[in-house]
Parts: sequence; structure tokens; C-alpha cells
Amino acid sequence: MNKYVLEVLNIGKAYRTYKNEWHRVLSWFGIASKMIKEQWILKNINFTIKEGEAIGIVGQNGAGKSTLLKIITGTLKPTTGHFNIHGRIAAILELGMGFHPDLTGRENAYHASGLMGFSREQIDAVIEHIHTFSEIGEYFEQPVRVYSSGMQVRVAFAVATAYRPEILIIDEALSVGDTYFQHKSFERIREFQKQGTTLLIVSHDRSAIQAICDRAILLDSGSIIKDGAPEEVMDFYNALIADKENKTISQMQDTNGNIQTVSGTKEATVEEIALYNNKDEKIEIAGVGEQVYLKLKIKVHEDISSLVLGYSIKDRLGQVLYGTNTWHTNQVIYNPKSGEIYEIVISFMANFGVGSYSVQTALVDKETHLSANYEWKDLALVFSIINKDKTFFTGLLWNEPIVRIQKNEPN
Amino acid sequence: MKHFKVIWAYRYFIISSIITEFRTKFVRSRLGAIWMIAHPLAQVAIYALVLSAVLSTKFPGVQSQYAYAVYLMAGMLAWTLFAEVFSRSLTIFIDNGNLLKKMSFPKIALPLIVFGTAIINNLLLLISILVVFGILGHPLFLSLIWLILLISLTLSLAAGLGLIAGIMNVFIRDIGQMMPIVLQFWFWLTPVVYVSSIIPEKYKYLLMLNPMSSVVMSYQDVLLYGRAPDLLTLIYPCGLALLSLFLASWIYYRANEEMADVL
Repeated sequence: MNKYVLEVLNIGKAYRTYKNEWHRVLSWFGIASKMIKEQWILKNINFTIKEGEAIGIVGQNGAGKSTLLKIITGTLKPTTGHFNIHGRIAAILELGMGFHPDLTGRENAYHASGLMGFSREQIDAVIEHIHTFSEIGEYFEQPVRVYSSGMQVRVAFAVATAYRPEILIIDEALSVGDTYFQHKSFERIREFQKQGTTLLIVSHDRSAIQAICDRAILLDSGSIIKDGAPEEVMDFYNALIADKENKTISQMQDTNGNIQTVSGTKEATVEEIALYNNKDEKIEIAGVGEQVYLKLKIKVHEDISSLVLGYSIKDRLGQVLYGTNTWHTNQVIYNPKSGEIYEIVISFMANFGVGSYSVQTALVDKETHLSANYEWKDLALVFSIINKDKTFFTGLLWNEPIVRIQKNEPN
Repeated sequence: MKHFKVIWAYRYFIISSIITEFRTKFVRSRLGAIWMIAHPLAQVAIYALVLSAVLSTKFPGVQSQYAYAVYLMAGMLAWTLFAEVFSRSLTIFIDNGNLLKKMSFPKIALPLIVFGTAIINNLLLLISILVVFGILGHPLFLSLIWLILLISLTLSLAAGLGLIAGIMNVFIRDIGQMMPIVLQFWFWLTPVVYVSSIIPEKYKYLLMLNPMSSVVMSYQDVLLYGRAPDLLTLIYPCGLALLSLFLASWIYYRANEEMADVL
């Protein structure tokens, strides 16, 4: 399991612009030209990926994600550095590339597989699998131009995943056709992963990254700025997009070894945060379904026009279970003055499954943290839920059922 | 060597692409492959109708009244192959830009598909020309065997020159605009429609600077006169073909990395 499937060594990519394209032609013949302007899209990219890992690649638009993937898949050549791939690489980036509308699904499946470098015999061996997996039945023998876009995507996905690759690159959201097929295609990807396929996933979707990946790489303006556990990287990424003008992101380890990310412009800060029970005792462990109170003390450091507190409760993988803010509850604090202190009590039922949870807080001015971010604190508080008095259940949500069983006499 | 290995690995894709190209071209037309040869044959018919009266007496040793039509067809057979390979190589990388940017596969497969398609097209044209010869009562000669050499030579010349222009065209798009014009002049600077003997002796060397002149004239030797081509005159186009193929692979090797950047 510790075999490296991909080693990226010092990869950089520059787009060269010449004052005149003839200088480029001359450069092929070894005649150097001084007119070169180089624009570096990627710089000093280094990472290694082991067999079976699932890696999320995140970053803002223009951070260099797709350039990096194009280099790894081989459509672009790196300007500096090199990479080693052990095994075959497949990409679900452009489904249906190379499909011809006048050919049937079957013919296109052959043709597109050929484009991926397979021989006729190899395709013969999987063509029936492609047919059944795509579930389009008789349409497989009809020209693609009569297909719905969903059907086309089904065939394309079936072709792209006909053979298990050592590395599978998956683009954004993976919205393959209808919901049913999304589940099915995801199932297939999971299956590949179990068999040792390494996944490289590009997405902005925090929950997708955290649900699938066991590592994330954050790219920003062409460099890797963070490489680590998905939750930590996604917190950092979140802080990064909030903090475009004011780059004060700090990450520190709390007593439990969790890495807390704090960012923001600090016009207002959360001074204290704690969880209380019905008896007004400070707690770290709550029972399933117990009434709890989240108490926060907020200090205003500068006069601002509005103040909104947002919070969300996440499971240990960082998936948000519930989140809202005082904009949505119509409780915006207008014109708070410097030095003022606000106490906020949020009461709710701890209707969660057994496990560890965290609270993330955000002090902002409006409904999102994109216009002003006073303070954003991931893992501001960690608490656990235990099952004291409820029927045994699994899952994240306590949703007490009433079960009725009736025996029918055989007639 | 590495390149040949890659091409071998992609042989199925290349062959299936050639088949696909023919199939998609005709799948929705009733007459199918007939359209492929209709175009050059129509051109032959037009020139023959318009010009045969002017030129019909100038073929020593050929009795047939259709001599000029045969002459035209011989030249057209050479020129259509040259023009098709050249002009498709010119735009092959740009036309497939989207594919090249998004899929990883050996770029060299694309021109190979073009060459394969063009050869098949040309063979179909050759067969139909031979059928027309039969109808016109023009004899078929053993010298036809030379066509193997001549077709390979025409293909190499067009491939070499076309790929040089095609790769440069990715970076300098003016080339793609300019070449069709060049190709038109080139056609009229090649003795396809007219006979080289009408060129004054002192300008003949200009005609022979054009590598296609001796190639076309060899086609005419083989198809019209039924004699072996003058091999000495073919040394120049052969050399040029080799040189241009070498230059094309050099440029391909150097520009390969930058092509996807600008497509």
C-alpha cells in the first residue's frame, strides 16, 4: 500500500509569449531570442501520492488546478521539473470527448476507447460491460445524435471507467446525469478506490472533498500553500477566500490536537464560547436529545455598521450538520460601538448521533462572509454526544422512530 | 524508436478513425463514396470540355481522341492527392485543438489518419479513372506499377511540406490563410491542365523548380504514354520530400510541447 503511483518533482509551467511568433520558430532551431516574456502559472510543485489515496485539489479559479491536472494527464508539458507515473491514468474531465454524433453508442465506445489507447481486443472484452453499465438498452445501437445528454454522459462514463486505472482524475462535482446514475457512478469510483486506484478530485465543494478524500492540496497562485488533512486544508481555504485583502490567517493546535483556523479583520471577536446544560453547568459532553445552550461573548473592537453572528455544527469529518446566522434570524446588531460586549445564547436540542462535533463561528456584516469577515473561527468549540437514555441507533441524526409490528396470520 | 512504439500502440485508434471518417462522411448521404470521386472527375470533365479543342493535337504517339482527357486525369490523380494531404495537414492540429487540449494521446496519430484517408480516397479515384480509361478505350500499361512509387512520393512530399506548414500554422495563423492561395498558384504552375512543351525553353527551369512538375509528368508518362518515368527528374522531388519530412519531424519534436499551450 505504500507504493508511490505519482511523484511530482518540482513542476513548473510557464506560458511563453514572444514579441513575434517567428522568434518562437527560431527558438526550435536553437536560436535564442530575448523577446521572451514568461508567465508562470505553476511554480515548484512537489508532491507524491501513494496507491489508494484519495486526494482533493482545491484552490480558487486561476490557482493553477486545471493546468496541474493537464500536466499530469499529459496534454500539457511542464516547463520545469518532471513527474513519474506508475500505472495508467484516466480522467473524467471531458466526458464524451471524441464522440461522433452520427456513430452509434457502440461504435463511439470503440472509437473513444481507441483514443484512450486501447486495442480492439481489449475493447471487445469490456464492450458488453459498457453497454450494461450505461443502462441505455436498445439506444446503444442508435446514433448518438438521438441521445439525450444524460444518455450520452452515461455511455461516456461507462467508457471512461471500463478499465480500472491506477490514477483516476475527477472533475468538479461529478454531476454525471441523473441522481440515480450519480450514485451508480460514485459507487464505481469507490469500488476502484477499494481496489487500489488513487483518486485525484478537483472541487470547490467542501463536503465532497471531506467525504471522499483523505488528503487535500491547496493551490494558490500557482504554488502549493497547504498539503494535509482535508478538514485543515478546507478550513484554511475557506479563510483564504474570505481574506483576500487581509491575509491574517492563523492556525493553531488546541489541546486535543485539533487544528484551529482563525482568520479575519478583527473588528469584532468571539471572546468566549462554551456549551451549557439545563442546569447552567458548563459541559463538554451532552446526551442525545438533551437541551443545550451555546453561549458566546462577543467583543467589538471598532465601530462598524452591522454585526452578524453565524455558526455551524460539524461532525468530525467537517461536514456541516446545521448552520445559520443572525442575518437569517433577523437579529442583526446595527452600529455596534467599539468596546461593546454582546452576549448571545443559542439554545437547541442536541439531536445528534453519538460522536464528536465541532462548532465554527463567523462574525460578519451580512449573510455571507464574503463582503466583510471580522472573525472566522473553525473548531471554536468541540463537544461530544453520548447516548445516555435513548434506544441504540447509528448515524448522525437522532430521529426517534415509533416502530409498529403486526403479525399477519397466514390464510 | 519511441515514436514508432507509440504509433503501434495507437494503431487501432488510427485505423478506426479512418473508418469512422469514411463512415461519417457518407452515413447520411445516399450515394456515399461516389461523392468522393465525383469532385475530381467533374473537374476533369470541365477542363476536357473547355480545353480539349485547343490542346487535343499535342500528344505525340497517342492516337486516341480522348488523349487530353487521359492526360488530365493522370495529372489530377497526382494533384488531388497532393492537395488533399497538404491542405488537411495544414489545419489538422487547429481543427483538433479541442481534442489535443483535453485528451492525452500521441498527436502524430492525427496526420497519420489524414494520410490513410487520403490514400484510400486516391486509390478509389485511381480505380474509377481506370474504369473510365476502359470506357474510353485507352489501354492500360504494365508501367502502372510505377504508380506505387509515384503515389508514395506524392504523399511524402505533401506530408512533409504540409506538416511543416501545419505546425507553424498553430502559432502563426496567417499561414493557414495564405496557403490556399499558394496552392492555387501552385496548381497552375504545375503542368496538369496544360502541356509543359507550351512553356518557352528559357523558362522551363522555372517549371522544374516546382517539385510537383516532374511528379505530375511522371504520372502522365505512366498513365498516358505507358512508359517508365524519367527517374533522373524524380531525384529532386525525392530529395525534397526526404528533407521536408526530416524538417517536419524536427519541428514536430521541438514544437510538440508548446502546441497545446497556444491552441
